[in-house]
Amino acid sequence: MSILIDKNSKVITQGITGATGLFHAQGCRDYCDTQMVGGVTPGKGGTEIDGFPVFDTVEEAVAETGANVSVIYVPPIGSADAIMEAVDAGMDLVICITEGVPVLDMVKVKQYMQGKKTRLIGPNCPGIITPGQCKIGIMPGYIHKPGPVGVVSRSGTLTYEAVWQLTSRDIGQTTCVGIGGDPVNGTSHLDTLKMFEEDPDTKSVIMIGEIGGDAEEQAAEFVRDHMTKPVAAFIAGATAPPGKRMGHAGAIISGGKGDAASKKAFLRECGISVADSPAEMAEALLKVWQP
Amino acid sequence: MNIHEYQAKAILRNFNVPVPEGHVVYNSNSARDWARRLGDGPYAVKAQIHAGGRGKGGGVKIAKTADEAKQFAREMFGMTLVTHQTGPEGKLVKRVLIEAGCNIADEFYVSFLVDRSTSQVTLMASAEGGVDIEEVAAKTPEKLFFEVINPIVGLTAFQARKVAFKLGFEIAQVKQAVPLLMNLYKTFVEADCSQLEINPLVQTAEGQLICLDAKINFDDNALFRHLRIRDLRDYDEEDMMEIEASQYDLSYIALNGNIGCMVNGAGLAMATMDIIQHYGFSPANFLDVGGGATIERVTEAFKIILSDKKVEGILVNIFGGIMKCDVIATGVVEAAKQVGVQVPLVVRLEGTNVKLGKQILAESGLDIVSADGMADAAEKIVKAVKEK
Repeated sequence: MSILIDKNSKVITQGITGATGLFHAQGCRDYCDTQMVGGVTPGKGGTEIDGFPVFDTVEEAVAETGANVSVIYVPPIGSADAIMEAVDAGMDLVICITEGVPVLDMVKVKQYMQGKKTRLIGPNCPGIITPGQCKIGIMPGYIHKPGPVGVVSRSGTLTYEAVWQLTSRDIGQTTCVGIGGDPVNGTSHLDTLKMFEEDPDTKSVIMIGEIGGDAEEQAAEFVRDHMTKPVAAFIAGATAPPGKRMGHAGAIISGGKGDAASKKAFLRECGISVADSPAEMAEALLKVWQP
Repeated sequence: MNIHEYQAKAILRNFNVPVPEGHVVYNSNSARDWARRLGDGPYAVKAQIHAGGRGKGGGVKIAKTADEAKQFAREMFGMTLVTHQTGPEGKLVKRVLIEAGCNIADEFYVSFLVDRSTSQVTLMASAEGGVDIEEVAAKTPEKLFFEVINPIVGLTAFQARKVAFKLGFEIAQVKQAVPLLMNLYKTFVEADCSQLEINPLVQTAEGQLICLDAKINFDDNALFRHLRIRDLRDYDEEDMMEIEASQYDLSYIALNGNIGCMVNGAGLAMATMDIIQHYGFSPANFLDVGGGATIERVTEAFKIILSDKKVEGILVNIFGGIMKCDVIATGVVEAAKQVGVQVPLVVRLEGTNVKLGKQILAESGLDIVSADGMADAAEKIVKAVKEK
């Protein structure tokens, strides 16, 4: 078992004829035969690129391939539209990798998605991987290993860091979810923790957060009140000066709320094992859980 | 992106939001000329820098006559204004706003921002205007009012009315406040703001509502569709090296420490800064080379770090995903050869093509310390800087 994706997921790529879209569609297909069943580029329908059938619309791609997941590499100017098209086509899951989507576009997308069944991951995220079964996104596949730990993070490379700390200790992962660094995104830490709690194969979780907002605090309250599985965490940005934007639009400390120290303290109060150093994420987990 | 107060007011004027009449000047003589054109005094003379708290530092003055406006402006030009938001080094004043004064009867606070928890734009208002709103939020949160705005219908008249009545306005002011708030929201959405703050919104002795100060931040991700707003960027307000870095699509922020960092990914970059501090030192910068960096970009990144005279050691931390370790290694070697590295350099490589990357570093003949893992890397750079 796993969450969100597994070997049965059928994936189309929106923006497949772009260099980035194609490169990663190939990379995902090469990883454990992830079912990358085609792609969408308006105007290039009916063609084929490196064995992937290309369609003009997502609706058509779904009808022809039976895809239930879409991954988006469309540039920021068209990302919001691409997400809504995938939602309209009835996808179970949409993963938007694109970085730099305007915040107010995402505000509209979130409103559009009200009452629809689709779950959105991202934007500005590395994607999702269920090791040994399915990889959808830009992460290097080989650092992962099937096993019992769920990983959820706002950041890409910092997720790889956590995964690598686990894998090099011979501890595998059920699913690793990169929810993205933007202030308005589809899926939160809290949403992901709920899914890990319900997944019988996930035995423990590493949650990686950043300064800014209160998403980590909301997740921590769920851990305190409802979670039966051990959770370890790291919060990046202890050294970030207030008001400065550190690459991720989400990582702005404003008004004294959302700084690293207060986040860490609250997470600890909720029973989460918090790593003080990013080199100790796996160790923090092993303090509260043994494989 | 930030802009100046006078630029924010010009944008608001275009959206029919009432702001005082005024003009920006670049020397004290035109300060007097523009004051005369505004009619009789008093005038507000306001230093234009990208930071709040200007009044306390002497950056906002009320002049009774045009000559006095000139005198105040002369004092402000070339002055380094230090406020709680500029940091101790302060900011040099190069532009001054001359405005018609008004008789303030009462002050209010209004702002719009994107609330992460609801994923919607929120209007925040308070009758406690002209003061630090963070303080109001901390001490008397019951004096803050919120309206969450549905993006499909926008700010509705009834929401604007609710806020206006809560602020304690009489009906004459409510009638002004409703279009004012709706036009502020329109500005926020149409200009892709990330924050729009009016503090204070004032009621004059004559009963008029007017935005006496205005602060607008824009969503950088949306600037591609606002070219005229993008042109308002004032490079004088930014760090030279940050501008240089942005030309190479590098995300760089100068900090006060002495260990330079080059990292891929914003989260890992922040974590690298954190681990430097964990071992008792401070980072000199935040630098994310991004996922698709080329050898040229890595070389430029390295040059930017080395041009910071505070840097006593450099830590390169790369977890290759899309970014290949051999590209980073080649870039580091290239840059080191071009500019010459006089400080200790520790490189930690992991991920795609790591063996090849390490081999390139080892065969370069340069004095590069290789590290395994983040903790090892941080320990090694801290040790090297201490021993230097």
